[in-house]
This record gives sequence, C-alpha cells and structure tokens, in this order.
Amino acid sequence: MEWSPQLPVGGRHLAALLLLLSAGAGPLFAGVTAEAEQEGGRVELGISEYTDIGVKGPVDNPITALDEDRQRKSTADHSEFEELRGPFNNGPEVTRACLECHNRADDQFLKNKHWTWSYTHPVTGQKLGKSVLINNFCTNARGNEGMCAQCHAGYNRTGPDYDLTKQENIDCLVCHESTGTYYKLPPTRGNKACAVMFEGKPPIDWAKVAQSVRLPARANCGSCHFYGGGGDNVKHGDLSSVLFHPPREVDVHMSEEGENFACIICHVGEGHQWAGSRYNMIARDEKEHALPKPGMERETATCESCHGDRPHPAGIRGFKLNDHVDRVACESCHIPAVARGGVATKVFWDWRTAGRLKNGEGYREEGYIQGNGEARHTYKSIKGSFEYDENFPPVYRWFDGVMKYTTIDTVFDPSKPVEINHFGGSPQDPDSRIWPFKKMRTMQPYDKGNNTLVYMHLWGDDEDAFWGNYDFARAIARGMKDNGIPYSGEYGFVETWSWWPQNHMVAPREQALDCDQCHSKDGRLKELTGFYMPGRDSAPWLDWFGLLLVGGTLAGVGGHGLLRILLRGRGS
Amino acid sequence: MPIRKVRVFNRFERFWHWTQALLVFVLLFTGFRIHGYYGGISFDQAVYFHVVAALSLVVLWIFAIFWHLTTGTWRHYLPTTRGLWPVVRFYAWDIFKGKPHPYRKHFWRKHNPLQAASYLGLKLFLFPLVWFSGLAYLSYNYWQNGISHPALGWIATVHVATAFAILAFVIIHLYLLTTGGSFAHHVAPMITGYDDVELTDAELAYLEQDEPQRLGK
Repeated sequence: MEWSPQLPVGGRHLAALLLLLSAGAGPLFAGVTAEAEQEGGRVELGISEYTDIGVKGPVDNPITALDEDRQRKSTADHSEFEELRGPFNNGPEVTRACLECHNRADDQFLKNKHWTWSYTHPVTGQKLGKSVLINNFCTNARGNEGMCAQCHAGYNRTGPDYDLTKQENIDCLVCHESTGTYYKLPPTRGNKACAVMFEGKPPIDWAKVAQSVRLPARANCGSCHFYGGGGDNVKHGDLSSVLFHPPREVDVHMSEEGENFACIICHVGEGHQWAGSRYNMIARDEKEHALPKPGMERETATCESCHGDRPHPAGIRGFKLNDHVDRVACESCHIPAVARGGVATKVFWDWRTAGRLKNGEGYREEGYIQGNGEARHTYKSIKGSFEYDENFPPVYRWFDGVMKYTTIDTVFDPSKPVEINHFGGSPQDPDSRIWPFKKMRTMQPYDKGNNTLVYMHLWGDDEDAFWGNYDFARAIARGMKDNGIPYSGEYGFVETWSWWPQNHMVAPREQALDCDQCHSKDGRLKELTGFYMPGRDSAPWLDWFGLLLVGGTLAGVGGHGLLRILLRGRGS
Repeated sequence: MPIRKVRVFNRFERFWHWTQALLVFVLLFTGFRIHGYYGGISFDQAVYFHVVAALSLVVLWIFAIFWHLTTGTWRHYLPTTRGLWPVVRFYAWDIFKGKPHPYRKHFWRKHNPLQAASYLGLKLFLFPLVWFSGLAYLSYNYWQNGISHPALGWIATVHVATAFAILAFVIIHLYLLTTGGSFAHHVAPMITGYDDVELTDAELAYLEQDEPQRLGK
C-alpha cells in the first residue's frame, strides 16, 4: 500500500511524497499517516484513508501513438494567457478565469454526472448516482460527502444539499491540469482522529496548474477512478494505478509501448458528456456503432465502435471467431483475468469486524502482499476485514446492459444474498451477450426491521460518526435520520453481492483466452446454461449410443474374427 | 469364363478413395476431440483442421458425384438381391468352415451385393446426414437469427451420432478386408487399380479390342 516500501516505516509517506515532488510529479491526493511501530511493524494506528492514491510516476502525455508526429494540435497555449497568470488563492478563482473564455463549459458541465452525482436510468427510470446509491464497499457517499466528495469534480461539496448551480465550484483542474502537483483533500476535516490526513501538504501553485491545462490524460481520470472504493483497484478490478503506465501485456491500448490511449480516446463525447457509463451499457453493439461512417455518431465506448463487428481477420479461424461476436462480448476472451499487473482488488469485505481498538484507538493491519510486492490492509477498524485477489478468472454472465440497483427503498429477503446491482440477459435475448464480471461479496449493515439497506454516518466531527466513534447503532440511526429514511432502530448484517463488468486491461491478442477455456466440460462457462456449446455440451444419451454402436461393432467383428481363428481348418 | 486382371479402379477413383479415407480419419479424430473425448491438440486446432478437412471432402465429393454421373459408375451401387443370399450366408456361416467367398467381381459390377448395399447406404444416408448437419453446424450464425437457437443442440447430436455410425462403418470396412482372402489381396486393387475379374468372352474381346490398357498380365 505504501509508495516506497523500502523506506523506514516512520514517516515514509512524507518522504515518498517529497521524492515524487522533487521528481516533478506529485500525487493528486495525499495524506500522511500516523503509524505506530508494533510487532512486525505491520499495525498502524489512526485513520488515514486515501494516502495511497494519486498519480504514480510521471504524468502521461495524452497523445496516442496513432498520431504519428505526436504533437498536440491545440490552437491555444494556456501558459501564455494573461488571464491565467493569477494570482489565484483557491480553485474557484481559477474556475472563474477558465469560464471567462470557456463561457459554455459551465452549462455543459453542470449536467455532467461527475458534477451532479445523479443519474436517471433511461430504461428502468431508477434514480441512481453517488448522491443516492448504496454500494458494498464504503456503502454510501450520501451524508459522508465531507470525505467522499474528495472525488467530486467540484469544490466544497460537504453535504447532500450542495448548490448544483454554482458554477465557480466546478473543478476544472482535476480533469485538465497536467503538472501532477494538484491535489484535493476531503471537503471537511472529519473526526479529530482523521487530522493526519490533512497534515504536511505542500501548497498548490494555482497559477502553475491553471496554465498547464489540456485534454485529460490517464493521470487525471485515474486519480479518482483507479482508487474507487477507497484504494488502489479496490472497486472495479480492471481499473488500477497500473494503468497510469501499463505494460503492453496488461493493457494493449493504454500502454505507452502500445497505443498510449488516454481514457477519452474510447470514452468519447462532446460538450462535457462522454460515453461509457456502467449504469446503462451497450451489451451488444452490432447495429448502431459498429464501424460508423464519417459523420455518424460515435459517442460510444464499445470495442465495436472502433473494431467493427467482424474484428477477426478473414479466414477459417477468423470466420469462426467472428461467429462469437454476437453472443460473446469482446471482453470475455480479451480480458483473460481480473486485476492484472500486480495490483489486487478487494473481493470480500466484512463490516462485522469493524470497530476493534488497540489502546482505545482504531488501527490497520497489513496481511496481503500483492503481485508488485506492496502490502494491502486486510483489516481496518473503520471498515472491517477484507480479502483480496488478483489475476483471477472473472465470473461470466449473460448481460443485457441494463443495470438495476437495490436502492435505499428496496425491501429484500435478508436470508438470501442481496444483489446491490443485477441485470438481465439470456441466450434467447438477441441484445445480450456473455460478459465477464468481478463479483464483490460483502457483509454489510442493514435495517433488520424493515429489510432495507441503510445509510451510515461515517464521516464527521461529531459523536455519531463511525469513523472515530466505532458505533454502528449511532452511525446508522444518524445516517437514516439525516436523510429522512424510516429506520426500525435495529440493524443486522446481510450478505451483499455487486457485479463489476470488466472492460479495461484488454490484453494483446496473443494473450486472449484459448478456446478450451470455455469449450470444455469444466470450462469457464460451465455455469451458463440454456444454449448448446461444442466441447461442453452433448445429449446425455449420445455417448451411450456411440458406445453401444461402436463398442457393439468392435465386439461383433472381434467375435467374428475369433470364431474364424478358432474354427480354422474345419470344413474345406 | 476366364478370370483376368482388369483395371477396375481408375486413377480418379483411387485418388478419391484414399483422399476420402484420410479426410474421414482426420474428421473422426478432430471431431471426437471437439466433442471432448480427449486432448492432445487444442480445441482451436481441432476445429480448424475439422473445418478444412470437411470443406475439402465436400469439394472432393462434388467431383466424385460428377464423375459417378458422367461415367455411369453410379450403376455399380444399384441395390440388388441377386447373389445377396450366398454372400450373407458366407459371412454368417461358410466363412467359419473355410469356404471361399461366393462372389466374383464382374466387369460391370465391382462390388458384391452386400457391399454395394452398404456403400449405397453410406453415400445416400450417412454422408449426406453428416454433411448437412455439419454445414448447418458450421453456419449456425446465418440461420439462428441473433439468438442461441435450441436447434443447434439437435444438429450437433445428429452430427455426432452419424459420426459414430461412420466410425462403425470404418471398423467393419477394415475388418472385412481380412475375410475371403488376405488383407493385402483386398487392399492391392485400390492401390494398383487391378483386380481379378470374371470376364465373359464378349467382355474380354471388347477389352482386348478397344481398351487393352485395362487388361493386366
């Protein structure tokens, strides 16, 4: 989890931070941990989330290798604009300067999910987005914006009643700055135990970062999206800090040895709206977007929007491979495993163990060494216990692209695992395909009386905040009350699952799955039924038929031949 | 009537037979690999060679059908009961007493009646069944109309069941080469083209007069 595990334990975050800054590449979000040397040096006291996030290594240059002269084609050099000379004292002042010229950018961005944190699903009509959803990681951002809105593309989002019309609060820099020295802190300071997260921060040179703006690079998007769920690759499984500078075998598109794609090369869009939301995916893209003609809409992030729906080269093998495209998502074969490249993802989270203390203080334990040699926390007092995994086969499911969510008002049966998100799809549905997923399992609090999920009050400088006081009863009662949600007053723990479609970390073609991975009796698709697959399926009587026919024939000719030998010489 | 060496299998017929034999073995080997009976080669390679062999066999058969029709060779396969009973009785009974095979090849009739009936069944029933099911299997994406069609399982079942029947044919075919004469004696005509044929005087005269190259020494 630390950047520089070779450094002495005490203060190594600060040392790493200074090292990175002197190299001209600072982290976007950095905090400093208070660590106490315990037996083995593996237990750290205090609360210090989000110290392990931010850009790793130099900021990438978002020019694809397909652009032969590798030059930026912008008609403006922002470092020469007088308007950006400053002085600026804070983010909103920079934003006002941006909006003086880009006078439609605010109208565009105020509609963006990164700003609103809300989304109405066009198919299900469900109200989704971080402002309301409950997940099975840190559970709810709602009511905890003081911390969670560290990753809001705006300034000072401290609560659910945020003014969504105040354009000067748009954070242009987090997406557009290119120095790597810009960082964000949680909007509020939380419990006093969290104070370490705010210490030792170098001041931001606002004019310098303002003059550095350009189209977003992986460093910009990744600073938040690679750390979803509270740490490196915790949530998605296919989005980790490895993708800042991935080797070619981890991601053939984003690797600097390959195409050097920035995120926006695939997540295309115009007017600060871009393609590729997980809420509503294009599970099968053969009609609208496969190989668009000039002038056609290309606001889609599907593989087919570049590769077409006959992506394999012509020939007998290509013909058979192309036969799969309508039923099997490209990702199913071309992303051979989840969490590749040395950074693990969380696969199980147990909130039941949260709240254990040492010397009256919360603590953390490292218990998993991931592929790149870094240790991950397997216990945190503020969150409970975790299990990690990396480079493991995904779970495959028929998927129609429409994600349905268990929201705060969904009543469920707690005797069965509750699916935080679920989806349709079947062999009989022409619009669904077989997709790879990371499945996340969690034991998390729920309202035992009403059989619903709960909002928890995790972050805050008060007696109810779980992060600091470690009392589920108060944290839940407060979280529910603040949002006007009926609460029975009794909580329990329910097993929840969430499903994370795997789209990133596309491997080079030579690492695509072998046919046998699925076309075998015990293959990756053994759980999927309702369709015939060669090598896996056969009518149960067919092998008996074959055995009887071929075995009977062999026995017949064998017996006939034996009789001839035994009776040789008789007669004639 | 004289028994003479006569070229009964011309060059195309022998090429057709041995190429078909090779392709059938490749198809059986790769097909049962695809079905999942054994490993050895990857699924990908098995499918590739299965498809290549199958398409080659289809091309070969297009030529073979043309050849059968234009040369009139198809008549050799016309089913008949004439002489059928002695052949059946030979395999079921007389063979154990060391009696000779009752059938003599005729110039206009290369196969004994049981043989001809078996080949006819193979050509009119098993081969078309395995090709049509195979082509439907191969081209499923062009008829299943965007969904995973339940018919595919039945097509595959028919295809594999027919393959079992063809394997049974191959076993019997090979075994029968050991009956009524040596294995080499039976295989030789398909290699050299020449076999002992009972000729009528008229047939012999015709061959000597018009096709002397078909008469062996």
